[in-house]
Amino acid sequence: MDIKIVNTVEALLFGAGRPLRLSEIRGLLESDGLIAELSDIKKCINELEQRFNLSSLEITEVASGFRLQIKQTYSAPITHLWNERTPRISKALMETISIISYKQPVTRGDIEDIRGVSVSTQSIRSLLERNWIKVTGFKDAPGRPALYSTTKEFLDDLNLKSISELPELPEVDEGPNDQVLSEVI
Amino acid sequence: MQNTTQTQLEFPMVMGQPYETLPEDLFIPPNALELCLETFSGPMDLLLYLIKKENINILELDVSNITDQYIEYIDLMDALQFELAAEYLVMAATLAEIKSRMMLPRDKHDEEEEDPKSALIKRLQEYQRYKSASEKMALMPRVDRDFYTATAALPEIKIEKKEISITKEELASIFNEIKSRPDLKLSHQIDFEELSTQERIQIILNILSRRNVISFSKTLRKSEGRHGVVVTFLASLELAKDGHVELIQNKTEEMFLKSLRGA
Repeated sequence: MDIKIVNTVEALLFGAGRPLRLSEIRGLLESDGLIAELSDIKKCINELEQRFNLSSLEITEVASGFRLQIKQTYSAPITHLWNERTPRISKALMETISIISYKQPVTRGDIEDIRGVSVSTQSIRSLLERNWIKVTGFKDAPGRPALYSTTKEFLDDLNLKSISELPELPEVDEGPNDQVLSEVI
Repeated sequence: MQNTTQTQLEFPMVMGQPYETLPEDLFIPPNALELCLETFSGPMDLLLYLIKKENINILELDVSNITDQYIEYIDLMDALQFELAAEYLVMAATLAEIKSRMMLPRDKHDEEEEDPKSALIKRLQEYQRYKSASEKMALMPRVDRDFYTATAALPEIKIEKKEISITKEELASIFNEIKSRPDLKLSHQIDFEELSTQERIQIILNILSRRNVISFSKTLRKSEGRHGVVVTFLASLELAKDGHVELIQNKTEEMFLKSLRGA
């Protein structure tokens, strides 16, 4: 590959601070007079991956595109650098986001039904503020409650390409209860 | 980590007996129990914890036993004046209902209704699926906690966007106002000061050195016109300010300058 294109792709990934799509990269290259096909850009990325082999950096593909990351083996010192400034996520909030991610789109009521406890406005707001969830519609039910779904940013933040990469939702332990239930029905 | 906090919640054993009630003089740091209880995300979580502690499958749920334990917990929390979420009490009521039903002889017709116990088991199972999913999710690598992005991007600078709301009438009147403003952009020549205030002060002081009082009109030169009046007036004010003269004016009479030096 043309070294200039490879380097420009590297520069873009480094300067972006967010994931970039191949098509986005193509557009940016074009505005600089560099013509490259999507497959060429993918080759550039592969070449850069090779280049980064011996460094602390790596390129990862997440839901919103390709981004430059620090290899996880080198994150510990950075954690000390940032002094654990990232807010912790409570158990309750984690339950809420996992219900949204596996059952989306869901209403607040759906989450409450499963968790058996009321879901505070605060926790929904904090997920919205994190850009982990978004309102994707309103349920055709009394009060027209908002339907929440996870965002690409949520997948990005968990280093995932798509929601299907989440570990499978554990199955219910089906046991003799099945029989009881079928009797009831 | 959450598990360790939960084990701390188990009643301590003292001489082989569970130590269930806390001594009244025990000092509990404020919020300590609240913190422990916060490890439960709700009544379902507490219930699952109790079931797990018994080391039984949800399906083999012994409602009677679990209800007693659950209510014991609630009582303990209540004794410590911990404000419980209403849902904990709802769950206690549900458990008590199931327990009481089990004590009563069952009527065949009742079975058409969904058995509250199997309904509870169903809910617990469903909750457990998401609970374990959320535990797995919590352990998944997360940005800015387990891994970091590498970037030379500019930090986000928040630019406050101010909304402009204006009606066409307001716009028109503002435009008219601007049009009617005096045109201050015309260039103009600044002339030299023909008459200097400093010079005039000197002249007045000279006159006052010879006589004590002088009328304002006597200090003027008619040829100087309006400018002369202004300059002389400024000079008199300067002198009065510095305490050289006193300005006297009686009713309609003209102003006199009285020297204060001699006084």
